[in-house]
Amino acid sequence: MSLLEIRNLSVEFETAHGLFRAVDSVDLEIDQGEMAAIVGESGSGKSVSMLALMGLLPWTARITADRMNFDGKDLLTISQKERRKIIGKDISMIFQEPMTSLNPCFTVGYQIMEVIKEHLGGTRKELEARAIELLGLVGIPAPESRLRAFPHQMSGGMNQRVMIAMMIACNPRLLIADEPTTALDVTIQAQILELLQDLQHKRGMALVLITHDMGVVAETAEVVNVQYAGQQVERQNVVDLFAKPQHPYTYALLSALPERATGKRLPSIPGVVPGLLDRPTGCLFNPRCQFATDKCRSTPPALHSKVLCHYPLVDGKPTNNHPGVSGPGSSGQGSSGQGSSGQEALGGNV
Amino acid sequence: MIRFILTKLGLLIPTFLGVTLVAFSFIRMLPGDPVELLAGERSVSPERHAELMAALGFDKPLWEQYFSFLVGILHGDLGTSFSSKQPVLEEFFVRFPATIELATCAIIFAALIGLPAGIVAAVKRGSAFDHTLMGISLTGYSMPIFWWGLLLIILFSSPDMLGLTPVSGRISALFWVDTETGFMLIDSLLSDEKGAFRSAAAHLVLPTIVLGTIPMAIIARQTRSAMLEILGEDYVRTAKAKGLSPFRIVGIHALRNALITVITVIGLQVGVLLAGAILTETIFSWPGIGKWMIDSISRRDYFAVQGGIVLIASIVMLVNLLVDFMYGLINPRILHRRS
Ligand SMILES: Nc1ncnc2c1ncn2[C@@H]1O[C@H](COP(=O)(O)OP(=O)(O)OP(=O)(O)O)[C@@H](O)[C@H]1O
Ligand code: SF4
Ligand SMILES: [Mg+2]
Repeated sequence: MSLLEIRNLSVEFETAHGLFRAVDSVDLEIDQGEMAAIVGESGSGKSVSMLALMGLLPWTARITADRMNFDGKDLLTISQKERRKIIGKDISMIFQEPMTSLNPCFTVGYQIMEVIKEHLGGTRKELEARAIELLGLVGIPAPESRLRAFPHQMSGGMNQRVMIAMMIACNPRLLIADEPTTALDVTIQAQILELLQDLQHKRGMALVLITHDMGVVAETAEVVNVQYAGQQVERQNVVDLFAKPQHPYTYALLSALPERATGKRLPSIPGVVPGLLDRPTGCLFNPRCQFATDKCRSTPPALHSKVLCHYPLVDGKPTNNHPGVSGPGSSGQGSSGQGSSGQEALGGNV
Repeated sequence: MIRFILTKLGLLIPTFLGVTLVAFSFIRMLPGDPVELLAGERSVSPERHAELMAALGFDKPLWEQYFSFLVGILHGDLGTSFSSKQPVLEEFFVRFPATIELATCAIIFAALIGLPAGIVAAVKRGSAFDHTLMGISLTGYSMPIFWWGLLLIILFSSPDMLGLTPVSGRISALFWVDTETGFMLIDSLLSDEKGAFRSAAAHLVLPTIVLGTIPMAIIARQTRSAMLEILGEDYVRTAKAKGLSPFRIVGIHALRNALITVITVIGLQVGVLLAGAILTETIFSWPGIGKWMIDSISRRDYFAVQGGIVLIASIVMLVNLLVDFMYGLINPRILHRRS
């Protein structure tokens, strides 16, 4: 049994313009000590899906799922009180914005000790010793003196370290890091990622890393979920994903990477992720997809196929099956809409 | 920090001068003068009138009077009330404890109800409680003090209705309580009179409610809006992510930040309170500076009025300064920026 198993998670927000489906049928499975990445452009529902898991979404959110199990416990039916025993202890989350995620009115030491006290207890002395140890562990120099510092007295990178210290304080079994480095300098980014990986290895934590950065994914992750407009469009292990992307979105992300170099930001594909008011019919990616056909524009690809596309790529390359692509061995069935589902195309070519 | 205080104090000087000017001219703009009012029905001859005015120093040019007023302030001398023949400063401070006692009770009452109500309304935003509270506080905010005071008196004090609370003064005439601190609640406890404290407390109930109503409404609304904003902050989400109890999340993490705003709001109520005290003390014959000011105005007691206004204004300014301070103390970001 996996440590975490999420099946068919959807999140809808009540907005002034009606319901907005920010997360649409997402799956995630991760084992003890594993590392998964969720990639996708801004607005693709990465944060929302993990916040749903943590129970941190505002009251306007409606969460549905077939299954949401952590360590044998059903997070869907669990009471608030029981959830609080898990959140912050066994599952914790590091947020995108280190500067605003710490309480400005309390010292760093207080905020770290508080979470330990809540879940594990201890005397003030023990808590203080533990906090100092944690601050040292996350690479903060002179941790004793930092205990009494306020968040605004430290840099963003230091704050993110504090955040990490706080969130690993109770030895979580699953750590979710939501773009932990986006708000930081490039040099600091690498250090923080290294720190997270290091912690993951040493402690056998499961780590879900949400990121924009394909380079980071290549270096760190084992399994990669690619998310687009709330939907999980592809899910593969990292090696296969880079070698043989199957979804046109993944393909576009990768081919826009200059020489697929590491450490580069997610390259831009023309257009943006559709929001509440500009959701297309059919496949959500179709306005930006180079392979889109009439079928794509009218019929959404079946959810819960391995690749959410009518025309998945084969061996990481478009085939002559793809519109506008003709290559050697073109069999003339190039144009779209001939009922060849993604699965059939995949099956026929592998 | 010291530089911060000095700058603030320096900024107060022009304000203070403005206040003295307003205080000085306001009472002189009212029709009638002290001699006329003293004489009352009996008219005085113009010669006698001029003689009396000269004796009080009111024959001198206005600028000279104003100047000696300022010089007096610098020497801590606000002149002598000519109705009581006592120094204005002394008159003021004899009555001041009564007002402080009332105002303190009123602000405590206002905060004790307004703060929790605002917090609950924010946490249960959109609920029936929220709507009701906001409705009530809007009413409370626009409540005419005089009308509200009379209404409560009729309801609670009139023997035909509940007959629960006394209507005027600070303590029943049956008790003789020596003035030790000037605060009746404390003095009555210190005295050996049985039942004195009860009586003093009972006398405070209605004035406290009347004076506290507007600040309570303001505190409730401001607390609610401050909390609403803060409950959406990232660090509140972090607090939730730590698995803390709702009590800690709202009562510690959010409230501590909301208090920065709320304390300022409470501090700024001091002006509202002192203004309200004037009416409240008049309704309930509460022997504080509010009632004294009204009496002095009707007697055209120039020195008492101008001195009283300057003192009240100085207190308001000092409290606002104190609030600024507190703001720095509870908001670490401000504290460190300045040092
Ligand atoms: N409270 C909310 N109410 C309504 N819509 C929301 C809310 N929170 C998020 N959304 C919407 O849900 C979508 C997904 O947001 P999310 O924050 O998960 O994106 P993301 O993939 O994390 O992007 P980024 O990389 O910028 O963090 C966005 O379109 C966003 O506007
Ligand atoms: S379904 Fe069509 S539009 Fe959507 S990703 Fe596949 S090819 Fe592109
Ligand atoms: Mg996000």
